[in-house]
Amino acid sequence: MQMNKIQEGIWEIPITEKEGMRVPARILGSEKLIEIMDKGVIEQITNVACLPGIQKQALCMPDGHWGYGFPIGGVAAFSTKDGVISPGGIGFDINCGVRLIRTGLTLDEVKPKMNALMDALFKMVPAGVGSSGSVKLNANTFKEVMTKGVDWCIENGYGWQEDRDRIEESGHMKGANPAKVSQKAISRGIDQLGTLGSGNHYLEIQVGLTDQIYDPDIAKVYGITIPNQVFIMVHCGSRGFGHQIATDYLQTFLSSMNKHGLKILDRELACAPFNSQEGQDYFGAMVCAANSAFANRQVITHRIREAFSEVFKRDPKEMEMHIIYDVAHNIAKLEKHDIDGEQKEVIVHRKGATRSFPPNNQDVPEIYREAGQPVIVGGSMETGSYLLSGTQKAQDTTFGSTCHGAGRVMSRTEAKRRVRGSDLRQKMTDRGMVVRAVSMSGLAEEAGLAYKDIDEVVNAVDSIGISKKVIQLRPLGSIKG
Amino acid sequence: MGKYRFLEDVAIADSAFEAEAESLEDLFRTCAIATFEVMADTSTIEPKSKEDVELAGDNLEELLFDWLAELIYLKDSKSMLFGKFEIRIEEEDGYKLTASIWGEPVDQKKHKVRVDVKAVTYHLLEVKQVEGKWIAKVVLDT
Repeated sequence: MQMNKIQEGIWEIPITEKEGMRVPARILGSEKLIEIMDKGVIEQITNVACLPGIQKQALCMPDGHWGYGFPIGGVAAFSTKDGVISPGGIGFDINCGVRLIRTGLTLDEVKPKMNALMDALFKMVPAGVGSSGSVKLNANTFKEVMTKGVDWCIENGYGWQEDRDRIEESGHMKGANPAKVSQKAISRGIDQLGTLGSGNHYLEIQVGLTDQIYDPDIAKVYGITIPNQVFIMVHCGSRGFGHQIATDYLQTFLSSMNKHGLKILDRELACAPFNSQEGQDYFGAMVCAANSAFANRQVITHRIREAFSEVFKRDPKEMEMHIIYDVAHNIAKLEKHDIDGEQKEVIVHRKGATRSFPPNNQDVPEIYREAGQPVIVGGSMETGSYLLSGTQKAQDTTFGSTCHGAGRVMSRTEAKRRVRGSDLRQKMTDRGMVVRAVSMSGLAEEAGLAYKDIDEVVNAVDSIGISKKVIQLRPLGSIKG
Repeated sequence: MGKYRFLEDVAIADSAFEAEAESLEDLFRTCAIATFEVMADTSTIEPKSKEDVELAGDNLEELLFDWLAELIYLKDSKSMLFGKFEIRIEEEDGYKLTASIWGEPVDQKKHKVRVDVKAVTYHLLEVKQVEGKWIAKVVLDT
């Protein structure tokens, strides 16, 4: 397909390249990233450009790769009047996301305690296949989690009052409708609150080295104030609960598409008009999963604070264990964006893409409003992660979105063939990292070589201007499911 | 007994496999084993307790999707892994599946757990008969 470079870092596929395209498709990245971008992305993002009600362009971020229906890294906004909502644009793991917690501790203070810390965290944050959480819910309390999200956690002792102000949507999206969640989803998720899951999910202790601060002023606003400060990063989502909701509605949508006169190029792009009964039902159920994912990361945060407190024999507040921020990178949101000079309400799908709102935006927490929204980009355990900040350029060109991680380049099966989990753990141990993994083969699947170069991805979004580098974070310890 | 192989070049982030068997029932059994093999070493799963499954589908692909989705649902809701499957598939007004499945509660060490399966996908999902053999292709989101 023909791709035209329309400005530095942005390539456009015109609507003439595929029958049915309603808007152009755009892929973002450096020359190098575009060169290695898998061809599935081009096929998939142009399929997305064919969906009814899509606005401006179908976009793929620089960490994009092939996904189901939408590519990972896909961003698309649909009219709430005559557009669609699609589970394939959100992902099976609804509100998979990343949370970053800071501490007032330094590398020197934490280093001698790393083994004890990792043991405590590994014990207190269940991970891997078949793990269940310590929070006991019944059908009624689970429904409260679905509607209240992080507020439920705070009310029940799993968090601080201030926590809600440092989370996307304050950890509580509006529009939850538990009546539209299946019994299966409830019974899959009811025991999993506070669990990490497996696959690419992780809990890491990280350090921000002083020479890796790119924007000291914004870093300061985000609470990064001491040299070699220690952080904790959590990457996980809504667990079996969200996976079941996605599965349920994928099937519902496939069987209702005829009725709505919708045609798609791929079954994984099943969708429904946002304004239809099916579309509204899915949105209400998706919000339940999103809120339960915020709550999941909140309970994990509580356990992290307990683990640090146990090891350091200090109060978590005294150790300044404040949340920096929590981002959702698999989600659909009702937002207002400038379309043809008009502020229009759209349903923005971000699948493996992070919101990146600029300074002075009302949806950015007040404490960060002058700096812009913190954007957390989780990398592989070998390469490290980044904290960025949101920009006006993102608001103007990508519906306020940026990358979410490094992006995979290799299948799990191939990674396992190339790397042995035990060798990888040894390699990381030799580098001074502490690794706790439920599964050695699961560890091998997450080897650095399975991912794109995160520096290249982050430099691309920084130079395009859809988010700005603030600090790079290096892993000290990693827990994998 | 059916056989399966994992595919390297199909799903970048996930797990894909192709299964082959002499009968439709054996194909569904083989796909079930491959799905649990993604999550654990199935040779370590003992048949300690039983669950019954009944499903219907308009076509075989839909039936296979529902079958594997049901197993993933039971895995989480019962916190169990399954390793033994007895299946009957009948063709009447579409297809009807009845199965008894055996397994035990997840023990991460004993079962040498691997990566969790989030969902079955429709990507490349296929059930076909070639020269008397039943063949299925499945991509799992992990």
